[in-house]
Parts: sequence; C-alpha cells; structure tokens
Amino acid sequence: MRWLAWGALALSLVAFPLVGGDFYVNLASQIFIAALFASSLNLLVGYGGLVSLGHAAWIGLAAYTSAWLYLRLGYGHLVSAPLALILATATAALFGWIALHASGLGFLMITLALAQVLWGTAYRWAAVTNGDNGLSGLTRPAPFGLSLDRPAAFYYFALAIVAVALWLMAKFVASPFGAALRGTRDEPRRMAALGHNVWVVRWITFVYSGFWGAVAGLLFVYYHKYVHPTTLSLTSSAEALLGVIAGGAGTLAGPVVGAAIVLILKNYVSAYFERWNMLLGLVFVLIVIFMPDGVVPGARRAWARWGPR
Amino acid sequence: MQFWIIQTLNSLALGGLLFLLAAGFSLIFGLMRIANLTHGSLFMIGAYVGVTILRFVPNLWLAALLGGLAVALFGGLLERLILRPLAGNALGQVLVTLGVSFIVADFCLIVWGGDPIPLAAPSYLQKPLILGSIAFPAYRLVVLGIAILTAIALHALIEWTRLGAMIRAGVDDTPMARAVGIPVSRLFTFVFCLGAGLAGAGGVIAGPIMSAYPGLDADMLPLALIVVILGGVGSLLGAFVGSFIIALIYTFGSVLLPDLAYVILFLPMIAVIAYRPRGLFGRQAS
Amino acid sequence: MAFTRRRFVQAACGGLAASALGLSLPARAQSDSIRLGLMTVKTGPLASGGIDMERALNQFLKEHGNTLADRKVELFVGDSAGVPAQARTKMQELVERDKIQVMIGPLAAAEALAANDYILQQQLPTLSVAAAEDLTQRNPNPWFVRGTSTSSQCAHPLADYCAKTLKYKRMAVIADDIAYGQEMCAGFQRVFEDAGGKIVQKMFPPLTVPDYATYLAQLKTNIDAIFLGFAGSNGFRWYKQFNEYGLKGKVNVVGGMTAFDEAVLRNMGDEALGIITSCWYSAELDNPINKRFAAAFRSEWKYDPGFYAAATYVEGGVLQAALEGVKGKIEDKHAFMKALRATRTETARGPVSFDLYGNVVGNVYIRKVERKEGRLVNSVIYTYPNVSQFWTYDEKEFLKNPVYSRDWPPAKNLEN
Repeated sequence: MRWLAWGALALSLVAFPLVGGDFYVNLASQIFIAALFASSLNLLVGYGGLVSLGHAAWIGLAAYTSAWLYLRLGYGHLVSAPLALILATATAALFGWIALHASGLGFLMITLALAQVLWGTAYRWAAVTNGDNGLSGLTRPAPFGLSLDRPAAFYYFALAIVAVALWLMAKFVASPFGAALRGTRDEPRRMAALGHNVWVVRWITFVYSGFWGAVAGLLFVYYHKYVHPTTLSLTSSAEALLGVIAGGAGTLAGPVVGAAIVLILKNYVSAYFERWNMLLGLVFVLIVIFMPDGVVPGARRAWARWGPR
Repeated sequence: MQFWIIQTLNSLALGGLLFLLAAGFSLIFGLMRIANLTHGSLFMIGAYVGVTILRFVPNLWLAALLGGLAVALFGGLLERLILRPLAGNALGQVLVTLGVSFIVADFCLIVWGGDPIPLAAPSYLQKPLILGSIAFPAYRLVVLGIAILTAIALHALIEWTRLGAMIRAGVDDTPMARAVGIPVSRLFTFVFCLGAGLAGAGGVIAGPIMSAYPGLDADMLPLALIVVILGGVGSLLGAFVGSFIIALIYTFGSVLLPDLAYVILFLPMIAVIAYRPRGLFGRQAS
Repeated sequence: MAFTRRRFVQAACGGLAASALGLSLPARAQSDSIRLGLMTVKTGPLASGGIDMERALNQFLKEHGNTLADRKVELFVGDSAGVPAQARTKMQELVERDKIQVMIGPLAAAEALAANDYILQQQLPTLSVAAAEDLTQRNPNPWFVRGTSTSSQCAHPLADYCAKTLKYKRMAVIADDIAYGQEMCAGFQRVFEDAGGKIVQKMFPPLTVPDYATYLAQLKTNIDAIFLGFAGSNGFRWYKQFNEYGLKGKVNVVGGMTAFDEAVLRNMGDEALGIITSCWYSAELDNPINKRFAAAFRSEWKYDPGFYAAATYVEGGVLQAALEGVKGKIEDKHAFMKALRATRTETARGPVSFDLYGNVVGNVYIRKVERKEGRLVNSVIYTYPNVSQFWTYDEKEFLKNPVYSRDWPPAKNLEN
C-alpha cells in the first residue's frame, strides 16, 4: 500500500513538467528549494528542539560565496559549489559553538543576531557584495554539459538533489544519532545522566542543518541567478520557521508541506487575493487552533479518526 | 563637548523609548514564558489608534491612555482565546503570534494606508529646549521622564502590592503559586493586558518621534527582544538598564563606528548571551 | 456573551471571508487585446509609492477607454512586496501565465537588477520606474526604456542651481545607505564641486534606522545647506527631527526627487515652506496633459499625484505613443522596441525623448514648497530643459568612469 503511494508520488513528480506550463514548473522548483531549506531547519527545530531565527544565514552565505567566486575569480561551478558549502559549514560550526551557549529564547536571539550581522555586512560591505544592488549576471551550472536554463531542466535537477537530501535527512533522523537527538530535545538532563554529550549532539546537528541549508542556498542562487541582502533578512528566516511549524515540526513531511503552503500563498494566491499577507497570517492562526502540532500530524490524526479502517 | 552632551541626551531619550517598548515584553515573557512576537505589532497598532484618536481628541496623553486601553483589550482577547490553549506549546505560540502580527500589519495598511503618519507632540513641547548653547527637543526629554515614571510605577506595583506579590510568585514558581490558591489564570490575562497596554501606549507616546508607518512593527520587535535578552528575562530592572545600555551603544556606535551601523546592536548582545545566558539581571536561564 | 473558542472560530471564518473580499480573479486573456503588466509593490514599506503607481496607471487606461492605438488593453498587476526574488517570480507569473507583452515597472532598483537577465531572456519590452544607473549606462539592456530618471539625473541640475543661483559654497549630503541614495549624492557632489563648491560632509544612515538623532547631532552647522537624497518617507522623518533640534534656519535644506514628494508633503505643515527640490515632475506643471491628470487624480484620491503616480502615467503616455508608432502591432517585438526608443512625445511631465541607452531626456524642474489653495505644493521656479542622464558631460567620458557610488567620485573636501 505504501509502495503504491510512494510510486504514485514519484510518477507525478516526474511527469509534472510534461503537463504543467512553464510558470507552474518554475513554481514547483521554488517549492523544492523552500522544502529543502525548511527541512534543514527542521532538523534543528523539530528534532533538536532548538528554535532558530537565523537560518537564512546559510542561504545567504552559500549564495554570496558562489556568486562572488564566479564573478570576481571566474571559478566555475565545479569549484565554487564545494567551496561555498565548505565555507558555510565552517561558519555553521562557529555559529553553533557561539549559539549553543544559550538555549530557549536566548538561543533564538543569538541565531537571529548572527544572521542579522551577516545581513548588515551584506548591505554595508559593498566592495564584496555590491550592497543593495545585489550580485547579478550569474549562471546556472551545466552538469554533464546539459543546460539548466529551461524550467523543466532545472526542475529535474532540483528534484533530484532535494530527493537525495531528504532521503539522507530521513536516514539521519532514523539513526541512533537521531534518536539521541530526540532524546536531548525531550529530556536533556536524563540524556546527560545516561552519558550522552548533549552539547556535542546539538552542535553536530546545528552544523548538519547548516550544511543542508547551504545546499538549499546554492539551489536558490542557481534558480534566481541573483542574490540580494534580503535573502539574509529576518523575514526570510521567519518564513522558513513558520513553514516548519505550520507543516509540523518533528515530522519529515511537515516542513515540505509547510514550505509549500507559504510559497503557494506568497507567489500564487497573491495574484487572486490582494490581502494575501493577512490570509497567510489567518492560515497560520487557524492551523494552530485546529492542528496545534502542524498540518501533517493533524492530517494524520484526521485520517486515523475518519479515514478508512 | 556640545556634541557629546547632545549624543548622551539622545541616548537617554532613546533608552526611555525602548523601555516603554520592552517593559511589556519582559513582563509577559517573565511570567508566562510566552515569547510574544506580536509585541511589535501591538506597538504599531497603538500608534495608529493614537493617530485616529488624535483626530477627535487632540490631546496626546489622553490618546496614549485610550490607545493603551484599546490595545490592552485586544491583548486580553488574544491571550484568552488563542494563546491560553497553547500553554507549553512554544512552537505553536511562535506561529500564532507571528501569524497575528501579519494580520495586524495588513489591517493597519488597509485602514490607515501606506504613508507614514506623524503624531503631533503637544504644542507646548514642540519647540526645542535651549540649555546654554544646546538645543534639544523638549518632547524627547519628556519621553524620558515618562519612561522613568512608568518604571517607578511598575516597580511599585510589583514590589509593594499584593498583586505584585502574586505576580512574583507566579514568575518564580507557577505550580506552587497555583497550589497556594493564587488565581494564576486571571493573573496571566491581567499581565498580558498590562504588557499589551504598555506597548500600545508606548506606540502613541513614541509617535511624535517615530511616526506610524508600515514596517514599524518589524523595526521595533528586534529592539524589544535585544533589550529583554540583554537585561534578563522577567526582570524589570533588567529591562530598564538594558534599554539605556542598548541606546548608548546604538547612539555612540553609529557615530564612532559608522561601518558597523547595522550590526552595532547585535554584537554586544551576542557577547553577553554567549557568556551570561541569563542576561545582566535575569533570575533564571531563558 | 461568553467568549468561547467557538465564537472565535466563527469570527475567524468571518475573517477568512472578509479577506476573500479582496478576491479578484484575473480576467481570461483575450487573444486580440494588448496585455500590459504592472510590476509594483503593494505591501510592505514601499507600498505607498507602489499603490500610487497602480492608481495612476488605472486612471490613464480609463481615460483612454482601455484602448491604445485602437486595441483593447488588459492590465495585470504583480506585487513584489519589495523583495527582489519575489519580484522576479511575479514577473515570471505575469509573463508565463498572463502572457504579458510589455511591462511597466518595477519600482525598486534591486528588483530591476534581479529581473534583468529574465527580461533579456524573454525579450520583454520594459518601461522601468526603477532608477538604477547602470541599466542604461554600462550594463544596458536593449529591452529597457526608462521614462522617469536615473538616480542622479535630477541631482545634477539641482547641484548646478545650488552653486550658480543659490550661491552655496559649502554643503553636506545625506541619503539612505542604498545604491539609489549613494548614486544621487555622487551625482550631486560631482556637479557641485565642478562648479566650485565643496561637499564637506557625507552621511549614509541605514535605510531602516529608527531614529536620526545621532546623525543630526553630527551634522556640521557651518555649512550653507544640506542635500537630502532620501526615498520614501525618510526625508520627511529626518526633516521633522531636524526642526526639533532647532536646526531650521541654521542650515538650508534642498532635496532630491523623492525627498519631499507630494505624497509626503500632504502630511507636513508650515515647516516645509521654502524647501527647494528638483524632480522631473511636479503636480503643479502647467501643461494641458498634467492639468487634466493632476485634477482628476486629486478629485478621485484627495491628494496630489507625486513621483510614483506620475511615473506610470508618463510611461503610459510613452507606451501609447510607441504603440501608435507601430499601429498597434506589439507582436513585432523588435519593431515595437525600436519605436519605444524613438518615441518623442508630450506627456504629463513635458516633452520626452530617449537617448541611445533607453533613458529619458526631458525637463527637470526646480521646485519650491509653497502653500496654494490651503495645501502644500511643489511650485516650479525654474526649468532645466533637455536634461539627459549624462548632464553636460561627454557620454564616452562619463561611461569610462566607474558607476556612481559611495566612493566615486572621491570626496576630496570632507572635513572632520
């Protein structure tokens, strides 16, 4: 039964560009990127119990590094992508070390502050980032010589990467380390008493979450071919966090659903509803009232109660 | 010399304004452990409500009082109907308070439009105060004074009244306070209303300096968070001292290190939390 | 009546229904009408200008019966919320879903830069409002036409006016710390210093700074005047605080094209009287097109049209002239683009034509704030005709220099 569901999903994802128009294929690519970004945040928020409002830092770092390496040093994507990922992950190691001095609201604030420092730097350090004008004139990679400029080509590229990423994250969560992580979320003192190094578990998760955030960042800059300081903004981090919570933190499908909801409301529904911002807020409020754990757990409960026996 | 005096006065005035913003947030988070991310929006809608009230009653202080009451009422509804069922669900609280802030922001845009609307300071305070060779806006000094009075009033409430004792009991040990018979639920609503009302009134009082404009909520919320974190959660003294420290750092930082203008507020906060997660005066780890 | 959750949920559903009142289904695109897209900002801090853009364009289309060059025109509006990535997505939606053939907008420079390569790729004729300099200079886009102004195009003549007519010798400049503000101040500085003046102080507060107190305290008072390169409402906020610190009368204030726009002026009082600004438009312009436009706008919306409203109205006029030039055949993109760039027509801002890079050449007006019929207006006191983006500089020399920025031209007369 489950294989059938997965198969149907895979088939529809693969077949979609054949039926959807360019606009919808592009929208789907953006949903994949947002889903990856939200899922990476979910490792920290949902499974680690650490709420971060600074996740946009990873998109920004990866995007700017890749853009800068291409524009200023002329490096191709084969070189700039790994370098961008290494830089972002190293920064995650540093930021994680700083942020994990605190927990709860303090952790939230430090992550927010660190991302804001990067945001401010992106605006001010115009020599590197071109400030408010952003960096444009970028290209998409051409793996094996295939151009990704067409919407369908990029769609498959993003789909492949995001599918692999989500699969690896699922493995991570299901592993003994993932179990330990959930333990530190639920019962940190007990875990410490059992001999786990809670701090190390959290730090590793922070770095891993930052790594996948950076991958999402690369996909982001490849898709848009442009990067601007707003990618590092608080709004950007907040939207990802909202997507995670609305979809269902602590589940694997939750962030994907949540990110899709946010993106569709922002980019698609906004053509029909002028007050889409208000609608977005209302949707969140209603989700919390009816499904306080998020859409995915709520849907599962509804299915269990009213679905087929 | 004149320059340093003016900048110091600027810092004090800004600190007063920040305290009016942050005091409510600190109370709410201290007692109810709710990170009320709607706080910036409450401040903003207070300012906008003040704009409308001023059109009928051209008295800023009255507008502040009425605006504060209106926002307090809204806060009370928010707490009872939406936040109460979410006790313990921190993520849900984040989602709902941010969701409400989106709604409020869009509502303000619909009702009051996209242009910034200034609030008029009372006419007797509109001229600058001349102190020797220094001209300084009289109204800003009055804001400082109001902040100090508010701080004293809140301190009196918390330290010297029975209500305050109950609040302190609730902050220190909520289950025990319940067990002793303190009506913690009603207290929660009261504190939330008080915090919201402070934000709303603060918005009106800050109006002549900041104006009411879309985006005011997003500009103010991080400042409130920084002050409360730096000063220590649940501590009024912390919010008070934190406000002035932040204001000093911001004012002099912008002058002495203009290239760090964007990050000048965050660097010290990172440093403080990293080494003293409780903040300067906090009694418990956040 | 108890406030129970049930009642709240009922209210919430009511709220959902209420926001559905903002529902507007886009019309099915007809195959024989011209599909025009408007890329604007309707939510967020830039909303005020963006909403004006939509209002003025709607008015233009209505005045012409939604028909230009004998073809029906359908308008599709996109809201980017001021975020460049979203602007690009919205543009894709307008192009791929609504199949627009020509676009007016976007509003902000960053949005134009974000979408630049997409516009190139799609070969979408664009009448831009955004002021980013290089898009019509060192990085020109052949599908671009700009009927408004580059960041510095209106600052050059004002600097000339300050030096030669107002006889200012020492000035300071202040603007938001964004490319737009920096480019404007750089242009002002260049012409002012070439005319013998000195810029002794430059300040660039961050765009979202809550308070200008620290910057006002640093302002030198031994200067003749200060030039404001602010956008949106920041000029108004700064000026308010400027007065509160008793600086009015000590230092004269002159402003760029968006510092004291009509939209902001209506919230100001007598303290604004006498401020001199420069812009390619004023609601007080005496030509027949503007008299009709401004009066109609004012009677509908109860305030004067400013920079943003005039922008789309003028672009609409340019679009109409170009369409008439190709007899409505917008489908032939290359011919249409050629016609756009060759347009010479009268608009609400006066006569316009375009240079080789697609940027407008037109009048720039020096305006002074005065009170007329009980409201504040920007009265025109002097007109610089035929101003191009290069001012009086030789085009090749101009383009050999780097683009205007915080550091170019280098400020050699700054005093500590």
